[in-house]
Amino acid sequence: MQPEPRRAVLVLEDGSVFEGTAFGAAADAIGEVVFSTGMTGYQEILSDPSFRGQIVVLTYPLVGNYGINPEDVESRELQLNALIVHELCREPSNWRSNRSLDKHLRAAEIPAVSGVDTRALTKHIRQAGALMGAISCERGPAELLARLKLNPNYSAIDFVKVVSCAEPYVWEESRGKRHRVALVDFGVKYNLLRVLSQAGCEVTVHPCDSSAKDILATQPEGVVLSPGPGNPALLDYAIESTRALIHAKPTLGVCLGHQLIGLALGASTYKLKFGHRGANHPVLEEATGVVRVTSQNHGFALDRAGLAEAGATVSHRNLNDGTVEGLRHRELPLLSIQFHPEASPGPNDSLNIVRQFVELLEAA
Amino acid sequence: MSDGMKVLIIGSGPIVIGQAAEFDYAGTQACRSLREEGITTVLVNSNPATIMTDPDVADVVYLEPLTVSFLEKIIQRERPDGLLPTLGGQTGLNLALELAEHGVLERYGVKLLGTSLDTIRKAEDRELFKRLLLEMGEPVPDSLSVENVDDAARFVERCGLPIIIRPAFTLGGTGGGVVRTQAQLSTMVQAGLDASPIHQVLVEKYLQGWKELEYEVMRDAGDTCITICNMENIDPMGVHTGDSIVVAPSQTLTDKEHQMLRSSALRIIRALGIEGGCNVQFALDPASFNYYVIEVNPRVSRSSALASKATGYPIARVAAKIAIGKRLHEIPNAVTKETTAAFEPALDYCVVKIPRWPFDKFPGGDRSIGTQMKATGEVMAIDRRFEAALQKAVRSLEIGGRSLLWREPGWDLPKMIGQSNDLRLWAIFAALRDGMALEEVHQLSGIDPWFLRAFQRLVQAEEAISAGGSLLEAKQLGFPDAVIGELTGKSAESVRSERERLGIRPVYKMVDTCAAEFEARTPYFYSTYDHENEALPTTGPAAVVLGSGPIRIGQGIEFDYCSVHSAWALSEAGCASIMVNSNPETVSTDFDSSQRLYFEPLDDESVLDILANEEPATRQAELGAQHSVQVVCQFGGQTAINLAEAVERAHYRIAGSQTTAIDLAEDREKFGQLLRELSIPQPPGATATTVQRALDVAASVGYPVLVRPSYVLGGRAMEIIYNDTQLRQYLTLAIAVSPSRPVLVDQYVEGTEVEVDLICDGTEVLIPGIMEHIERAGVHSGDSMAAFPPLHLTADHVARIVDFSTRMALGLGIRGLLNIQYVVRGEEVLVIEANPRSSRTVPFLSKVTEVPMVRLATLVSLGRTLAGLGCGTGLLPPPPFAAIKAPVFSMSKLLGVDAYLGPEMKSTGEVMGIDWTVQGAIAKAFKAAGVDLPERGAVLASIADRDKDAALDTLARLDRMGYRLFATSGTARFLAAHGIAVEAVRRIGEGSPDVVDAITTGQVQAIINTMQGGGPMKDGFEIRRAAVEARIPCLTSLDTAREFVTSLEGPPLRDLGVAPLTEYTRRHLGTGHDREGQAVMGGGGGH
Repeated sequence: MQPEPRRAVLVLEDGSVFEGTAFGAAADAIGEVVFSTGMTGYQEILSDPSFRGQIVVLTYPLVGNYGINPEDVESRELQLNALIVHELCREPSNWRSNRSLDKHLRAAEIPAVSGVDTRALTKHIRQAGALMGAISCERGPAELLARLKLNPNYSAIDFVKVVSCAEPYVWEESRGKRHRVALVDFGVKYNLLRVLSQAGCEVTVHPCDSSAKDILATQPEGVVLSPGPGNPALLDYAIESTRALIHAKPTLGVCLGHQLIGLALGASTYKLKFGHRGANHPVLEEATGVVRVTSQNHGFALDRAGLAEAGATVSHRNLNDGTVEGLRHRELPLLSIQFHPEASPGPNDSLNIVRQFVELLEAA
Repeated sequence: MSDGMKVLIIGSGPIVIGQAAEFDYAGTQACRSLREEGITTVLVNSNPATIMTDPDVADVVYLEPLTVSFLEKIIQRERPDGLLPTLGGQTGLNLALELAEHGVLERYGVKLLGTSLDTIRKAEDRELFKRLLLEMGEPVPDSLSVENVDDAARFVERCGLPIIIRPAFTLGGTGGGVVRTQAQLSTMVQAGLDASPIHQVLVEKYLQGWKELEYEVMRDAGDTCITICNMENIDPMGVHTGDSIVVAPSQTLTDKEHQMLRSSALRIIRALGIEGGCNVQFALDPASFNYYVIEVNPRVSRSSALASKATGYPIARVAAKIAIGKRLHEIPNAVTKETTAAFEPALDYCVVKIPRWPFDKFPGGDRSIGTQMKATGEVMAIDRRFEAALQKAVRSLEIGGRSLLWREPGWDLPKMIGQSNDLRLWAIFAALRDGMALEEVHQLSGIDPWFLRAFQRLVQAEEAISAGGSLLEAKQLGFPDAVIGELTGKSAESVRSERERLGIRPVYKMVDTCAAEFEARTPYFYSTYDHENEALPTTGPAAVVLGSGPIRIGQGIEFDYCSVHSAWALSEAGCASIMVNSNPETVSTDFDSSQRLYFEPLDDESVLDILANEEPATRQAELGAQHSVQVVCQFGGQTAINLAEAVERAHYRIAGSQTTAIDLAEDREKFGQLLRELSIPQPPGATATTVQRALDVAASVGYPVLVRPSYVLGGRAMEIIYNDTQLRQYLTLAIAVSPSRPVLVDQYVEGTEVEVDLICDGTEVLIPGIMEHIERAGVHSGDSMAAFPPLHLTADHVARIVDFSTRMALGLGIRGLLNIQYVVRGEEVLVIEANPRSSRTVPFLSKVTEVPMVRLATLVSLGRTLAGLGCGTGLLPPPPFAAIKAPVFSMSKLLGVDAYLGPEMKSTGEVMGIDWTVQGAIAKAFKAAGVDLPERGAVLASIADRDKDAALDTLARLDRMGYRLFATSGTARFLAAHGIAVEAVRRIGEGSPDVVDAITTGQVQAIINTMQGGGPMKDGFEIRRAAVEARIPCLTSLDTAREFVTSLEGPPLRDLGVAPLTEYTRRHLGTGHDREGQAVMGGGGGH
């Protein structure tokens, strides 16, 4: 019943090679190789648009245990370019599961590799930084390396346009809720829409390249700038609309949305060595001294330098590496955070941010 | 803020089932953690076998009974600013509550640190806790206390079946059970009501087949909350988590389910206002998002020790700092050294824990597993695959080399799978091998199919291996060489050579708390068959310390104490210490107890793999024949010493006593020969390999005889035999127990037993002290009370003991420790046995003599001399105080186990009493061990005929002191005839009320019961079990009874003083004790 195992190879741009067994779709893939340290939540990761363009390595070694269910879906399709695991579970066990991870990936035509020493690979990425990589069952390392050299680098590609919605729409379950909110979709996870809805917001989702004028014409009480994949500095159109939106309405920026706010205020972003991806990142709220464990998924960060000049103060700090995790502005009613209050996967410890946003709307 | 503060820490006392070595680990971490903050720590514990009671762990150490009145005396004397209640298990927590309730804390201005009294009460009181959870909207299982069947029926109408019945105030679940049908309801509730002394039962919704999950959470005073780890019990609801096979992290939960329970755990810790660690247990419906909160422990627990070792996150250390007001993000992360303690560990491996049950010692005990914990200890294993972690954990159990292939003919598999017991895992494997459908196993056991499929994959892999399948794949699934050999008809050694030939060897990966996201320097490793090896050989001189594995009867925490001290001594000597152990509860498996920790099974395969990793063949070639890595086998009990042979065969260097010395001491023939050559007497006896030969030996030495298999641990299968019939009976049993091993038949010498632990460097011998047992020979030394200094030995006895010990140590070729047991009868001193390793008494003796015995033995093993270390030799002079070691039992947890003391060890732990007088020390030891008698109490005597004369004086003294005496008919007649006022009670079967009723109704508060020579007295077993269930002392040796009565005659306990351990011992040294003694002390520490 099990398909004959196919050998697969992962080649990194620095020439290192990792071998394993292919599963999922029989296809080649190229992408930025990143690792995520969450121990649960592979299903949500698959459909998280912020993983677009990436080959994701899961550090937890047993993957697929609880299968795939019809509910834990974060966008309209599977997003990542490929998945790499230590061990694939082919016989899942969970009451909601209706298919295996392998089938799910095959149906979505996404290739994957198991049997890789993912810890060794993770250490390599930690030391070398995020690297471009290619996987294949057919091609040898030399050929893959040559192809990698021709492929544009992850940081030079605008993935937001690929993952954003084409037309504006209202998130169905939020219809009729008290506060009308416009969300700009740079690659939103459904769960952000769900938690906004649960907090009393009727959410209209706008494509990433909508102009501020068009968005404001719908007369929202507030604006949410969503998370999304890739390098924020590439997104001139989004920076421009963000600048207008934050001056017009109370704004919540999450992850990429937060970086765009920083850029719009005149600060700059930089690429982290290997990013933050996982469900255990400690973030200190400077005002209260409370630390929250947060869900994170980003490869770029806001540079602390220049924020003060832009009128912003750092409201949250990452305890692992001191990076900026949140901003407040001297005058503007904005909440800007690098981590994911909507979790999914990850801890639900930061839903207070969503409540604070609603309070901002109510105060306005 | 906290600098200069003085904090009292209460330990958890003796090791008992449910409270084991995990609190030594917790207390030790807490003391260190607080001292780092400039706090003076005062530690109280009655258990001398712990690291935490070492003079250099806390600033001030008291080895005094853990009672409110003794603690009050200590508080009065020390005047601590604060009390840390949450690191000494349930014992420490209860005492803190009692101290508060008695007004002691208020009286002396002692602040409860961390979690408040109110919080502790809320979490501990079932009703308060239930109310709090309901107010929060957290689901709790429906339950109701009822006093009649009708109320129970109404409960069922409301909540449905099945329900579980828990009678109030009965032990071991007597009268309880699961009601599945309406028809069973009234009879079962009635039975429960009848079993309860207060005629009350708790009826509770039975969550059959629900998953059981645990969350270890922490909170600081700033309201930061984090989860350290979650764990999934493979055994579903109904099995105590301490008796469940557990995996970490959870395997079958989606992120949604995990986050739901995690959030609930955090809401609970916030609502309770806990400052420190907390354990929350949940039941989760396997087919919906419904869950219930089952239990909360507002303290460091066994589960948090497991979580610490499973993740590398030092929970107790951090909890202690939180208790003094530190915030999580102000506490540095001990693993990465760069980040803080405010984070949640990410695991990139799978952890399996299996409990270690004592049924190998108690084959007659009730092996069923339920809500009452029965395991004495546990093992943990780490690997990148679940199957491999499981098989490694099984290897770590040390159950006679039994692998998952083990099965016994006659096992009723469906029954064993349906009703949980210690053999269920093996029964499931056997059933799967027999072709039982996975669905059926799931229906019977309730175990999640995910785990069962993993078991099935292993069974399928067994077939593949037998058919010549891939060796690498077998190793990746965790099959031990021995099992692969068994499946392919080869020896483990030849599988190993094949592996070596093919280059199949494990790599070692680091436990770093962060799944490799950050650079970590934790020297904490586990093996796996993967690609990259992270444990590069240690540079410079290094020695591997073999630990002692899971805590079990006969091999307790004492050996962990010894292993840790050996690691410290190695470091002090400039030799990198490499620890190998599989026990998550212990100090030895803290990654900072040694320079490197391999969390691995203690068997030939893993030890040789570790040695090969530390010293690869290439390096061996460079170094020539002489390996540089040494192996220390003396301190991990019988576990470690048993590995010496394999180590030597692989040409590694053993530090200290060589296998020749071990063999000479353990092989009774050779040992007897040596004693004859040295003209040292031993009880007459010989080895027998047949029944006839044994009968001949018995005839020549005369009955009673002491018989045992030749290699023994904890007196296993040892018995005193009084006649031929018994001997024949025993031999069939004993030979069944160990077919290839001969049986020793010795004359049973009923004298005073004496024990010596010594250190020998090859030319000189240091004897820190001699201990005399209270109970005569025949009671296992581990179950005996021991007195230091000895009570009744003459100068001539002592001289002879010193002479014999010295010559024996030299004759055996000991380098390191030697333990010798003697029996003294009249003028005679006879040798019973010698153990060429650390013994159970080493921690006790080290503490009371202040001789760092393990340190000296380790340094001597490395080639130093006693003279070079500045030590004296010979016997050190006796001190001016008395110290008594007393055993502690866990009988109330083990249904069906007889509580009488004999040659087979039964105790799980020990306590110590120390005082300026012998009587005071004995009184404290009894008190600490929970052997107690209220003033004006009543004592029941049931004495075997041959002991009656000997018992007379003791019972007469009780009578004179005004205690009421009850006795069974024969004993009553005997006492009456000697003019002692006694009330006769009926034997069992003579109508009620009978002797058992007298016990269960609380008429008597202590029992003295001896056994008819050789066979249990008719009612004896029932009497002893009743005493155990009623939790009253039952003394089965007249020697214990005599000392107990003597202690009652002494000054009342309230008149006894308390003093720090060093006050006793230093005064000892201050009284002109030899200068070498000072030098011995001076070198301590180094860690």
